[in-house]
This record gives sequence, C-alpha cells and structure tokens, in this order.
Amino acid sequence: MTLNTLGSDFVILLPLTFLLGWASLLLLVDLFVPQERQDTMPLLAVLGLVATIVLSIMQAGQSAWAFQGMAVVDGFSTFFNVLFAISGLVGVALAYDYLRQMDLARNTYYTLLLFSVGGMMLMSAATDLIVIFLALELLSIPLYVLSGFARPKGESEEAALKYFLLGAFASGFLVYGIALVFGATGTTSLAGVVQAVHGGALLNPMLFIIGAALMLIGLGFKVAVVPFHMWTPDVYQGAPTAVTAFMALGAKAAGFAALLRIFLTAFPQVSADLTPVLWVLAALTMFLGNVVAIAQRNIKRMLAYSSIAHAGYLLMALVPYGQQGLSGDVSASLLFYLVAYALSNFGAWAVVMVLERQDDQGLGLDDYAGLGSKSPFLAACMTVFMLSFAGVPPTLGFVGKFYLFRTVLQGGFVWLAIIGVLTSLISAYYYLRVVVIMYMRDGDPQTHPAPWLRWTAGVMAAGVVALTFFGGPLFNWASQALLTAF
Amino acid sequence: MLPVTYYVALSAILFILGAVGVLIRRNLIVIFMSVELMLNAANLAFVAFARYYQSMSGQVFVFFVMAVAAAEVAVGLSLIVAIYRARHTINVDDLSEMKG
Repeated sequence: MTLNTLGSDFVILLPLTFLLGWASLLLLVDLFVPQERQDTMPLLAVLGLVATIVLSIMQAGQSAWAFQGMAVVDGFSTFFNVLFAISGLVGVALAYDYLRQMDLARNTYYTLLLFSVGGMMLMSAATDLIVIFLALELLSIPLYVLSGFARPKGESEEAALKYFLLGAFASGFLVYGIALVFGATGTTSLAGVVQAVHGGALLNPMLFIIGAALMLIGLGFKVAVVPFHMWTPDVYQGAPTAVTAFMALGAKAAGFAALLRIFLTAFPQVSADLTPVLWVLAALTMFLGNVVAIAQRNIKRMLAYSSIAHAGYLLMALVPYGQQGLSGDVSASLLFYLVAYALSNFGAWAVVMVLERQDDQGLGLDDYAGLGSKSPFLAACMTVFMLSFAGVPPTLGFVGKFYLFRTVLQGGFVWLAIIGVLTSLISAYYYLRVVVIMYMRDGDPQTHPAPWLRWTAGVMAAGVVALTFFGGPLFNWASQALLTAF
Repeated sequence: MLPVTYYVALSAILFILGAVGVLIRRNLIVIFMSVELMLNAANLAFVAFARYYQSMSGQVFVFFVMAVAAAEVAVGLSLIVAIYRARHTINVDDLSEMKG
C-alpha cells in the first residue's frame, strides 16, 4: 500500500481521525495550561467535538470503504458519529459544573472523554472483528479511568476496579470468540466471514457458532444484558455521576452499534441459530432490570437498573435479526429508541447531579420530596424524563417503544412483545414513584445553582417534548441510516 | 507437525482455566493474571490458525491483542495500587461498600 492511499483512508474517516488527533493534541496542551484556568480545556474539547459534528454531517449520504475494508463510512456510522459527538458535548457540559461542585476539577477529564468518544465512533464504523475489539478497548479504557476519577473516594475506586475487572473479563470472551471465528473462516473481516460461509469454506461450523456466542457474551457485558449485568449497579453508583451519565448512553450505544453491524450484516446470512438465545436474554433483561429497580432507594442505583431494563428493550428489537426484509426496521427502531433514551438519560442524570451533595447526600429517593414546590422547573423536567422512560403515551419514550414492539411483532415474536409490555407496566411503578415523591411529599431538597446542569436538563426536556410531536424527521433519518451490505 | 486441533484444544483449556480463575479466586492480582491468561489463550489460537491458513494476518492480530493487554495492565495495576494504599488489602471480598 502506498502512502498516498493510506492518506486517503485517513480522509475518508476524517471525523474520527480529526477527533483522535485533537484529543492527542489536548494531551500535550493540558501540560501547558495552568491549573487555575479551568475553562480552557473544556472549551477546547467542545471546539473539537463541534468540528467533529460538522465533519460528520458533511459526510451525510456518502459511503466509502477505508483501510482495505476494515472500516466503512455509511449512513449508519454517520448517524452514530453525530450521536456520540453530541453525547460528548453533553458530557462536557455535565462535567463542567459537576466536577467543580464536587471539587474534582482536573483537566485530564476532558481529554479522556474525547478518546472515549473516538472509540465509540470507531466502533460504529468498524467492519473487521479486530477493529471492533480495538474500538471497544479505546472506548473502555478511558471510561475505567474516569470511573475512578473521584479518587481517593472509596466508592469511586471500587467502581473503577469492578468496571475494569469485568470489562477486561468481557474483552477476554470477545477476543477468544474472534479467534475462533478466525479459525473457522480464515479471516476476521465481516465481508470475508460472509464469503467463507457462502462458499462453504468453514473449517468447522461448531467453531463458528461457539465463536459467535462468545462474542455475544463479550458485547453483552458491555451493554449490560442479564446475566452479564452484575457490575452495572455498583459502577453506576460509585462512579462520579457525570461519568455515569456519559457511559450509560455511550457505552451502551456503541455496544449496540457493533451488535447491529455484526448481526444484521454478517450473521443473518450465516445462521439464525442465536435467535432463541437473544430471545431469552432480552426477556430476562427486561424482567430483572425492572423488577429489581423497584427495591432501590438510591436514585443512582435505580437509574442503573433502569438502564439495564432499557438494554433489554433494545436487545428485544434485535431478536428478529435473521429475517429477510426486516433488518431495516430493526436498525431504524433501535436507532430511534437510542436517541429517545439518550435525551431522557442525560436529562435525568443532570437533575440527579443538581441535587447531589459532596458527602454522598442527596441521592436517596426521599431527598426529592418537595422538589415540586422548591424548584418547579427541575421537577417538571424530571417528570418529563420519568414519563418518557416509562413509555407513557404520548411521550417520546412511548413512540420509541412503539417502534420496537412493532418490529418484534413483525418478526412474529408475540410472547416477547407481551413480556415487554408487561415489564413496561412494572417499570411505570418506580418511575412514577419519583414523580409522586417530588410533588406529593413535603421536604426541603437542597439544590446547587449549577447553570450548565439546569440548561442541560431544560434542553433535554425540550428535546423530548419536541421529538414527541415532531419525531418524523428523526425516524426518517434513522430509517435511512443504512448499513453497508456485503 | 502437530495438527491444529492440539493447539486449539490447549488454548481452550487455557481459556477455561482463566475464566474459572477470574470467578473463583479472591486476590485481585491473581484475578488479573487469570484475565491475562484468557487473552493469551486467544493469542495461541490466533497463531495456531494463522499457521494453519498460512496467513500473516492472524499473527499480526496477536500484536494488537498484546498492545491492548499492555494498556489494560497500565490502568489495572494503578487501580490495584490505589486500592491497596487506601485499604491495605487486595481481597475482592473486602471491596463491598455498595450493596443492594
């Protein structure tokens, strides 16, 4: 390969290469920025992310291969690039106020955040199993460090270590699965895998199925699917809340981006053998996440179990992956729901951060008593997010769940859809409990002034309301965010 | 030359040993070593299959995996050191501030 073609590869993946280059530059800049000037690094990070969004949008409608078929630019990756870069922006906004109110202001935070966003973007563009593995590590390793950012606070260290150990354990499964798929097909590129299977060149079909299952376990850990979810509540509770908000959306969305690409483009032509496995995982995840959330009195833990439950709903839409003609619906409904989940997720965590105090106080459900009269704006925002999480009509969450259930029913999995609806009903109990506590009980919650957190909560609530009524363009975009076929 | 099955069987044994080690051992360093064992089982499988297919790419992947493992070691060991300094123990059973 000549240097010239290598250069054009970098141009094809420009949003990603720019962001990673910018992040590397910020590593150096960080050394020369005095600690007192706390605004410089967040500002530079925001500039980089905005430029990334512009570059991604400029690529809309294009589709090209890079690095000899190891990565691709298509509607799907562009959609995720924009989603991840915007999550990064929200992550900076949330961290800016939160780190100062918790006395954690250290500039490294923003650099690590950018690297993690880069990993997520690479994940959505990867078309080679090894690149998926690299992207997963690039997004995870900064998150391990960020989880421990509140060090020397014990809970934060503990969360970082638990996340790290289980994350590394999951990577072990993923990479061994890749090795077995490589053994069965002689290649790790998704296109090559499809070809080998079509050509009947499988060394041993058993090897291939085991490899695919191990990869599913590895990614299942990342997106927190039951029974690979045990780390989630502890990590979400112990990590600094700004990090939790970012990884609850980012790591999950990136994991699903990889699952979608692997399952929709490479595996349906290979076999639908994993459908029953996915069915059981989705049902278990929806059920356990929602039921255990009821027992939680700590809002961070409650939202952690809620995020597990939402991973279940997303996985549910992936179950009909093997059916011809349905892959467009699977992908569109998943992308739409991810956006709906992102808005409510960031907004709800922003409200949690406004109420959180330095000594770990302000995180119990009882601390929300009286918020309705003390701070009507925050309470109204939180109500919007809780209703949307629960999927109460006509909120955005309802519209998103409607598309998910429609996909599942089209695939003919009636019982799975019924389980989904029933668990949604269960979830309404603990989501609405927060609303009831905020408005019906007396109390004197203490809130931080935190302008950026309040702005974020307000913007996210406005987004949920606006997309509830005008979600059409978003769904169209999600439907057009097609995966490149092999 | 030994058939590729032997190598794959050995790598499977190593992988299972590593996975079981993570689940049953209580010392953080030993758990960490078990994770490394899992990654190296994958490396062995990669090299064995690369030899079988006469393909260089399988061997190159091993370098990727080793580089990633090194990055993980850097983060993991510093976390373990931080925990040890704060609590003077690296037993996972003592890491249970959060429950529920």
